[in-house]
Amino acid sequence: MAVALAPLFLGWVNQCRAWLQNRKAPGLLLPYHGIRKLFHKDAVLADGASPLFRAAPYVVFGTMVAAATIIPSMGTGLPFASAADAIALVGLLATARVFMSLAAMDIGTAFGTLGARREMMVGFLAEPALLMVIFVASLICATTALPSIAERLATQAPALYPSLAFTAVAFTMVLLAENARIPVDNPATHLELTMIHEAMLLEYSARHLALMEWAAALKLFNYACIGFALFVPWGASTAQSGPGGLLLSVPVLAGKLLMAGAWLALLETLSAKLRVFRAPEFLATAFMFGVLGLLVHLLLGA
Amino acid sequence: MGSALSPVDACLLLLTGWIAVGAAGMLSPGRFGYVARFLFPLGAVIGLALAFVAATSLELPVERVTLLIGLPDLPFHLRLDPLSRTFLVLLGGASAGISIFAAGYFRKGQGTAPGVLGLQYHLFLASMGFVLLADDAYAFMVAWETMALSSYFLVTSQNGLPEVRSAGFLYLLMAHLGAISILLSFGILQGGTWHFTFDAMRAAHLSPGWAAAAFGLASFGFGAKAGLLPMHVWLPEAHPAAPSPVSALMSGVMLKTAIYGVLRVTFDLLGEPAWWWGLPAVALGLATALFGVIFAAAQTDMKRLLAYSSIENVGVLFTGIGVAIVFRGVGMAALATVALVAVLYHAVNHALMKSLLFLGTGAVLHATGERNLGRLGGLIHRMPWVAWLTLVGVLAISGLPPLNGFVSEWLLLQTFLFSHEVPHPFVNMLLPLGAAIVALAAALAAYVMVKFFGVVFLGRPREAALAQARDAGALEKAGLAWLALGCVLLGLFPTQVIGALGAATVQLIGTAPPSDASPWWMLAPLPERRVSYAPLVLLAVVVAVLVATSLLVRRIYRRPVRRTPAWDCGFARGDARMQDTAEGFGQPIRHIFQAFFTMNRELPSPFDRAPRYRVVVGDRIWRALYEPLGGRVQRVADSLAWLQQGRISAYLTYSFLTLVTLLAVVL
Repeated sequence: MAVALAPLFLGWVNQCRAWLQNRKAPGLLLPYHGIRKLFHKDAVLADGASPLFRAAPYVVFGTMVAAATIIPSMGTGLPFASAADAIALVGLLATARVFMSLAAMDIGTAFGTLGARREMMVGFLAEPALLMVIFVASLICATTALPSIAERLATQAPALYPSLAFTAVAFTMVLLAENARIPVDNPATHLELTMIHEAMLLEYSARHLALMEWAAALKLFNYACIGFALFVPWGASTAQSGPGGLLLSVPVLAGKLLMAGAWLALLETLSAKLRVFRAPEFLATAFMFGVLGLLVHLLLGA
Repeated sequence: MGSALSPVDACLLLLTGWIAVGAAGMLSPGRFGYVARFLFPLGAVIGLALAFVAATSLELPVERVTLLIGLPDLPFHLRLDPLSRTFLVLLGGASAGISIFAAGYFRKGQGTAPGVLGLQYHLFLASMGFVLLADDAYAFMVAWETMALSSYFLVTSQNGLPEVRSAGFLYLLMAHLGAISILLSFGILQGGTWHFTFDAMRAAHLSPGWAAAAFGLASFGFGAKAGLLPMHVWLPEAHPAAPSPVSALMSGVMLKTAIYGVLRVTFDLLGEPAWWWGLPAVALGLATALFGVIFAAAQTDMKRLLAYSSIENVGVLFTGIGVAIVFRGVGMAALATVALVAVLYHAVNHALMKSLLFLGTGAVLHATGERNLGRLGGLIHRMPWVAWLTLVGVLAISGLPPLNGFVSEWLLLQTFLFSHEVPHPFVNMLLPLGAAIVALAAALAAYVMVKFFGVVFLGRPREAALAQARDAGALEKAGLAWLALGCVLLGLFPTQVIGALGAATVQLIGTAPPSDASPWWMLAPLPERRVSYAPLVLLAVVVAVLVATSLLVRRIYRRPVRRTPAWDCGFARGDARMQDTAEGFGQPIRHIFQAFFTMNRELPSPFDRAPRYRVVVGDRIWRALYEPLGGRVQRVADSLAWLQQGRISAYLTYSFLTLVTLLAVVL
């Protein structure tokens, strides 16, 4: 489900962005066309590519799908949810990142290593920030299992958590950074010196590239769903709501995704791309917001 | 081995076996084939047997034995309890892999003669075993010193090089500072009874102040061995100087004996640690972890990089010990148990993965003769076995699921998440922030390891000579594979491992990790929190998706793969020197954490004919602490030098005066 939907979400974000930038919007289904087209091409591998390079797209895609199976997007009764809690989820995403960076270093081009280095730089700052966000939520709910957090937050009486407000800011910043969005990276750029994510994919082609692109779309979708689970869990079906609830949760999720996509596009349009050197400061801010959220929670108990 | 043999006797026999193997090497120290191809594998078999004996006896009661050797009224007491069994498994398991590797590793005509090396190596192993078995202060110190000295000789086995000699000297100095501190700690622990057996120490009652002093001295002493800040300086010097299997043993196993010492003193000999002792331990641990990993990111020598990474892991271990002390002190037994399990788990994990990585660098060093990251690259094509097995270690130490490094980090983070329930103001707010630092260190460790693996094994070879590199031999591969297998199994079966560690936690703090009703493949250490982790399921999902996708892709889009030169944005003249070097890859870290380093840069001017770029990254602690300290010691020594008159009459006078003073004191 998530696997199929993910490119749609990406298409929607792109569409919103184009609208906001007064451009004629690309079709909503364009990412699907792109992936399909790539699958039908002959694969071209660089001379120095090792088996690691060929395996990486499958590993990255596999971890992203596995991550999707443990994030409560529509309902909290997930079959694999007990296999991994939120910390393991962060670990899983880190695995994907490490493999992608290693693959980027495999060919031994200047751009590949540059992209890998920057990606790991963004990663090592974004990962603890994301963990801080999760810690605050798990302190509130006394568990690190994501479905339980979502269920707890959704079913209890609505309460205002100042700590969650801080972490929401932190999470948004992490989401932007981790998914190669402006202001940290620009998904539309192929200007050599500024790219991060694209630099790592330079040597990929055809089906390998398709999988990588698909995994990237899935990652964005996953992050959005983590955000929903932590900050707007209402509407997702829980154990009590039965099959009707699951049916109801589909339009709810669609609505959330529409809103999130528009919000993301707005944020991206309003901000300018940072210099790479400024990216650590951006992420350190996110980390600080996460820590602040934690402190606020501990001080106020809320 | 007959069934009548009790485990402690079996352990003793096996440790003696190691000494015998070492001694056998001295029969013909020059015969390379005999020592390398026969004695080292024999040592590995003994290691395996030791691990087996200790593992199968984990649940058995405590056994004691008193040897006939030792001081007149203080014979050596040995004791085999769950804690020492746990660490003996670590010692045996890790050393089996390392010894097998070493059998293929040592080459003819390098430094010390093979027989002597074999003696030192096996003495080192046996002394580590005796450290774990010792049950009185005297036996412990003898074993501890044997361990320090034998490893010193191993570090300086290539003693022709001046930097090896100075590294060895620094190591010996730090080892002895630590040993003195441990000795003083034991002196306090006997509590005025003047009985130096550990049993007497357990029975002695210390006032809180003296207990804290004993804990402080022990932490300092064992911390100096483990590489805790600021006593870490010897690690990055000694590890690169030593041959790789020795580095692996020192980093993988010897550092763990220091962790064992801290656990033994804190939880066993002192009995009831006060909760606030945990705070300095956590603070130092976190500082060490962060410091180690940041410096690891800036290194250009692969063994120095791993040495700093060891410092990081020691920091994580001390953090875990500190958290366990706090929880224990405030009476939160379940969480203390989980924290302690995390420490023991991480100790075993680190033994396996760091040994694996050090051996991997050893194989690379042999194949290429290079330790400098800037001259390696592309070795995955030439040395696929070493590369893929090292990759397992890299992923494990980066704390990625489903391998073993992740499990212990996960447990530690879980305990941190409940540290806000500690009933002390401020502490309950500051401790959870420690989780932030642990998370940061873990993420940075992944950065470091991507750098390490990417620069050494991936990309294009940076030197023409690398094209001649050959993969490791069969024995070396076997050693690497054994350790990699350990990493995978410990990652996939955490519930079983934790069950096995339970005996040690029962001994130390009286509670076992909760064994709840969850199925065998599911780890749920804190049942009331509803958290769980099932690496097998996770792996199964990933692998299933992976296989399904690749089959599907192959079935539907069967298209050929073409090989062409790299695209590189159409930049046709790129060569291997345009890849990131180790310096380049570490640049963001140097930039972000500038305040930690002292940097000496040598930048070329635009008109240089032969431009050179050099950056030397230094350690501020060395400058701020050790250099003034060293200067002061030197001055004091100089001012005392006039005592050395060089005339026999002066020395006779000294002896006479000493005798008179002693007599005056006695009478």
